[in-house]
Amino acid sequence: MTELIRTSPSVLLAEKTARATTTRRPPFRVILKQHWMLYAMLLPALILLALFHFYPIWGVLIAFKDYSPVKGILDSPWVGLDNFRRFFESQNAWPIIRNTLFIAIGKIFFVQLAALVFALMLNEVRIRIFKRAIQTATTLPHFLSWVIIGGIMVQILSTTGVVNRVIGLLGIAPIRFLGRPDIFPWTLIFSEVWKEFGFAAVIYLAALTAINPELYEAAAVDGAGRFGRLFHITLPGIRPTIVLMACLSLGSVLNAGFEQVLVLYNPVVYRTGDIIDTFVFRVGLVGQGGMPDYGLGAAVGLLKSGIGFFLILLSYWLADRFANYRIF
Amino acid sequence: MAGKASLSDRIVDAILYTILLILALACVAPFIHVAALSLSNQAAVAARQVGLWPVGMHFQNYLFIMADRLFINSFGISLLRVVVGVSLGLLVTVITAYPLSRDHLYMPGRTIFKLLMLFGMMFSGGLIPYFLALRDLGLLNTFWVLIIPLALNIFNVILVINFFRGIPQELWEAAVLDGASHLQVLFQVFIPISKPVLATITLFSSVMHWNSWFDGVIFLKEAVQWPLQSYLYSKVTTRMLQWQTAVSAEVAGQTFQEATPEGLATAMILIATIPILIVYPLLQRYFVTGLTLGSIKE
Repeated sequence: MTELIRTSPSVLLAEKTARATTTRRPPFRVILKQHWMLYAMLLPALILLALFHFYPIWGVLIAFKDYSPVKGILDSPWVGLDNFRRFFESQNAWPIIRNTLFIAIGKIFFVQLAALVFALMLNEVRIRIFKRAIQTATTLPHFLSWVIIGGIMVQILSTTGVVNRVIGLLGIAPIRFLGRPDIFPWTLIFSEVWKEFGFAAVIYLAALTAINPELYEAAAVDGAGRFGRLFHITLPGIRPTIVLMACLSLGSVLNAGFEQVLVLYNPVVYRTGDIIDTFVFRVGLVGQGGMPDYGLGAAVGLLKSGIGFFLILLSYWLADRFANYRIF
Repeated sequence: MAGKASLSDRIVDAILYTILLILALACVAPFIHVAALSLSNQAAVAARQVGLWPVGMHFQNYLFIMADRLFINSFGISLLRVVVGVSLGLLVTVITAYPLSRDHLYMPGRTIFKLLMLFGMMFSGGLIPYFLALRDLGLLNTFWVLIIPLALNIFNVILVINFFRGIPQELWEAAVLDGASHLQVLFQVFIPISKPVLATITLFSSVMHWNSWFDGVIFLKEAVQWPLQSYLYSKVTTRMLQWQTAVSAEVAGQTFQEATPEGLATAMILIATIPILIVYPLLQRYFVTGLTLGSIKE
C-alpha cells in the first residue's frame, strides 16, 4: 500500500497516509499546483452559493432599513428595529404566528400519525400485488404540485362539489370548507394529510421490512397473537424511526405550507388561514393597496428564518442524540 | 407464519383490506372525478350529475386548450425547463460532490466550504432579499431565473458525496495510477457506476422542475414566459374569466359552446398531471433513495 503511494503520480502526493509519514504539510502553493482541478470543480458551486445563498443573506440588511428601490440597500436610511416594532404593534402579528404554528403542528402530527397507522396496516397485508397497488394509489398525490391538488380541492370542496354531495346524502348541510374561518385550517391540515400520508409511510414501511422475521416466528411459537406481535415486536422495532421523525419534524414547525395556503386561501379566511410566508409575500412583494413594504416583509421573513435556523440545528442535534442520525 | 388463520384473524384481515381499499380509492377518486368533469357536458356539470364517469362526453374543453397559444407555449417552456434545469443541476452536483468526497486527499479549505454549504442549506435570507438579489443580478423576467438559482441543490450534493465515498478506494487508485486526471476519474469511472443515485436525482429534480410554479409567477412578469404550472395557477385563481374572453377572441372562427371555465380548469389540471403519471412507475422504484432526499429537506 505504501509502496503504491510512493510510486504513484504526483496526484497522490497529498495522500493523508503519506502526510502522516512526513512531518510537514506541503505549502498551499504546491497543493494548488497539483490539485487545481479539485478547486476548479468547486468553483461553480462556490459562485452559486455566493450569488443565491449569501448575497440574499447580505440583503437581509434591509430589515433594519427604510428601504427604497431607488436608493438601493446601502444608501437607504437605517431605522434600527423599527420594522420589527411595526410588525409586533400591528394587529397581524399574533394571529399570523398562531396560525402558522397551529397549521404546521397539526400537519406534522396528523400526517405522521396517519402514515404510521397506514404503514402498520399495510404491513399486515400478505398479498403482494394488493400491497403494491395500495401503495401506488396512495403515494401518487405526493408527486403533484399544490396548483394541481389545489385546483382539484377547489372543485371537490366547493359547496356544490362532490364532497358536499356525498355528505349531503347523510343529511348534512353543505359545508364551506374553503370559506369558513373556523374550518379552513382543518381543510389545510387534512388536504395535506390526504396528499402526503402515503409517501410519509414509505419510511415506516422501510423500517418495518428491516425487522428480523425470526422475531415474529419466535413470537408465534410463544403463542403471541396479532396484537401481541404488534406491541412487542413491530412497534419496538420501528421506535428509532418514530423518534427520528419526531426530532426532525421540529425543524418544520414554522413551515405551514406556503404554496398550499397561497393556492387555497382567500380574504374571507385570512383571520385563521394567513401564515408568516403568505403575509411576507403579500406585504413585501405584492403590496397591499400600494407599494410593497420591503422592509417589513424582510423583517418578518428574517424573524422566521432566524428562528427556523435554530430549530433546524436543534432538530439535527436531537436526531443525532436520540436516533444516531447525521446528514454528513 | 401462523399455520391456520383463526376466524377472528380473518375478520381482522377483512376489515384491514377494506379500510386500505377505501384509502386507496380516496386517493385516486378525485383525479377520476376531475377527469370526468373535464369530459362532461355543461348541463350535466351544472346539474351536479357527474361522478366518476363523464355524462354527455365531449372533447371541447381539450380542443379549446389546444387552441390556446399561451397554453401550448407554457407546456414547451416547462419541458425546456425540465431538460435544461435537470442537466445543469446534475452537472453541478457531480463536479461539486467529487472533490468533497475525496477525504483522503489533503485539500485546505474543504472543511470551510462544507460548512458554508451547510449554512446555506439551513439559513436563508427570506423571500424579499432573495427577490431583490435576483433583480440585482438581472435574472428577473428571463428564462434563466427558473434554472440558475436552482442549479446547486445541496441535498443532492450530500447524497452524491455519500455515494462517491462508498466507491471502493482501489478503483480510484487504479484510475489515478493509469494517469487519469480528476475530471477523467469522475466522468469515466465514477459516473458510470453511480447510476442508481444519479437516476434518483434526475427523477426527483425532474418532478421538482415540472411542479414549480411560484418562481414563474413572481419572477416573470409576462404570461408568455410562464411554465405550465404557473399558467395553471393563474387560471385556477382567477377562475378562468379573463382567459375565456381573451382566448375566444384569439380562436375566432371556432366556437366551443360546451367549454366551461370549470371544464377548462379540470382539463388543464389533467394535462399537467399526465407527465407525472408517465414517470411515476420509474419514480416508484427509487422511493426509498428519494426519501433520504426528501427527509432531510426543510
